[in-house]
Amino acid sequence: MAIVYQKSKGLTDKEMHYCPGCTHGIVHKLVAEVLEELNLLDDAIGVCPVGCSVFAYDYFSCDMQEASHGRAPAVATGIKRVHPNSPVFTYQGDGDLAAIGMAEIIHAANRGEKITTIFINNAIYGMTGGQMAPTTLIGQKATTAPLGRDKDLCGGPVHMCEMMSAIDGAVYVERVSVNNIPNLNKAKKAIKKAFELQMQNAGFAFIEVVSTCPTNWGKTPVESMKWLEENMLPVFPLGVYKDVEEVASK
Amino acid sequence: MAMELWKGNEAIAEAAVRAGCRFFFGYPITPQNEIPEYMSMRLPQVGGCFLQSESELAAINMVYGAAGAGARVMTSSSSPGISLKQEGITYMVGAQLPAVIINVSRGGPGLGSIQPAQSDYFQSTRGGGNGDYRTVVLAPNTIQEAVDHTQMAFDIADKYRNPVFVLADGMIGQMMEPIEWKEYKPAYTAEKEWATTGHKGKRPHNIVNSLFIDAAGCHQHNLELDKKYKAMEENEKRWQEVGTEDAEVLFVAYGTPSRIALSAAEILKAEGIKAGLFRPITLWPYPMMELREAIMRPSVKAVVCIEMSMGQMVEDVRYAALDKKPVSFCGKAGGVIPTQYEIAAAARAALGR
Ligand SMILES: Cc1ncc(C[n+]2csc(CCOP(=O)(O)OP(=O)(O)O)c2C)c(N)n1
Ligand code: SF4
Repeated sequence: MAIVYQKSKGLTDKEMHYCPGCTHGIVHKLVAEVLEELNLLDDAIGVCPVGCSVFAYDYFSCDMQEASHGRAPAVATGIKRVHPNSPVFTYQGDGDLAAIGMAEIIHAANRGEKITTIFINNAIYGMTGGQMAPTTLIGQKATTAPLGRDKDLCGGPVHMCEMMSAIDGAVYVERVSVNNIPNLNKAKKAIKKAFELQMQNAGFAFIEVVSTCPTNWGKTPVESMKWLEENMLPVFPLGVYKDVEEVASK
Repeated sequence: MAMELWKGNEAIAEAAVRAGCRFFFGYPITPQNEIPEYMSMRLPQVGGCFLQSESELAAINMVYGAAGAGARVMTSSSSPGISLKQEGITYMVGAQLPAVIINVSRGGPGLGSIQPAQSDYFQSTRGGGNGDYRTVVLAPNTIQEAVDHTQMAFDIADKYRNPVFVLADGMIGQMMEPIEWKEYKPAYTAEKEWATTGHKGKRPHNIVNSLFIDAAGCHQHNLELDKKYKAMEENEKRWQEVGTEDAEVLFVAYGTPSRIALSAAEILKAEGIKAGLFRPITLWPYPMMELREAIMRPSVKAVVCIEMSMGQMVEDVRYAALDKKPVSFCGKAGGVIPTQYEIAAAARAALGR
């Protein structure tokens, strides 16, 4: 019988702990498929964050390091300097990357580290139980914003792609989602491009994935996708924010 | 071999390069700036990489990544910067990563001063980060020792897969002294089979990690780490004794004050008072039993602990003395260095003269 679909070799057989409907699992699959398709699994070294994807070291079949909260870009910098020809990536949530790890991500990008960052924006702190994230929407409720995020009190959501695209060392910045099949395909293409650019030593590439957290949003997986489309996508518009190749060819 | 005149910080950096260190990540802070400055010039010459990080937090996490990737790697800082590095240090112990961390310490608390001090003793020996962890702490009192300790630190780090501190007070970092460059031969050369180098399809994936989410698993991990700490206590304790056989007053000091204590002993000798020095060379593991033995010698009537702090190691000295001999303290903090006259006076006072 012909095999029409099988799990990527980029993933281990370990059972994932993610909640039903959580997009972390989908994004893992895309990253794993890209690594496999580009033939990078033998050399790849991934860095996982502190957050719900902390156990990603058990799920990706390549060599992995677990970083402290927010420091994945610094850890990846250390790895890449030792193995400049190996593909190195970080996989980070919004609390990890856009709050505690803001300095590390900005400076890794500014140095033009030849690494790829996959940024999961689910507008909430998943692992610790639904506290406000730097990307939480105005008015969105969180366990530490019981009346909804108040802009006067704590500012508005952080727009990472918009910020990253202003940094010289970043060569590719795209915001994607996995809310439907066309977007999922676009997300995979973006991740692939990010790794390809890394292997060409072009610079730092940043892919933000607008994601869901059904558990802490208090919604079903289906309701979550709908909420994402209606509330998150207007605030976090999808698209390519920076593509140095494209700029150069114009 | 010929002696060469070297400044402490630069000698430490060159010693690391000669010991095979090829990666350095650090952030500027006085009085250790000559280390990163030297590395920025020297490492590219030997095919290595120097990177100035955006903070000490980033620096130590770059060290984590590089160590996890199998490299010989070092960072250096001074007291406030070492405070920031504590996060990475506990993670490195947890993930069993070898690296060398130099602390050219200065006055505290807070921003403190930029002059030499030893007020990071607690932080270095008790662990400033979270969790049950230990790091070997070497405390040189000459530039030659700073060189030897730096090189030895890499071997100790590799042997136990654990970060190792060289705690050199600002005086050691800033002073110039003649040194001899001995040929360095690595004392520990096992392959780093655990490192994340890419599995090349030839082995299961390696994971560098300090998370053990299941309580029993975390306890088990701690038991395994504890075995290493016990082995370090067994094998890595170092100290020096000068004139302790028949001393009436026993000085206990490390780093710069240990040298001033010897000058004080000369002053006392002229007065007919016999003073000896017990110098811990490793602050952890601490030569507790050896110190106790020295204190308990019948000739010893008083013990004086000298530190460039308000009194931190003195707690260990009191523990060694078991309330059987009087322990007094002579110290200055914030970058003020106790003089040989003050130390001699403290000895006389301790002896009731
Ligand atoms: C230094 C430190 N501070 C706080 C925590 C607790 N903590 C664990 S996960 C997390 C938030 C993670 O949220 P996010 O990055 O958004 O990832 P998600 O869980 O949503 O995927 C926090 C604050 C920690 N482990 N370490
Ligand atoms: S808590 Fe949220 S982010 Fe975490 S696994 Fe569950 S759904 Fe996913």
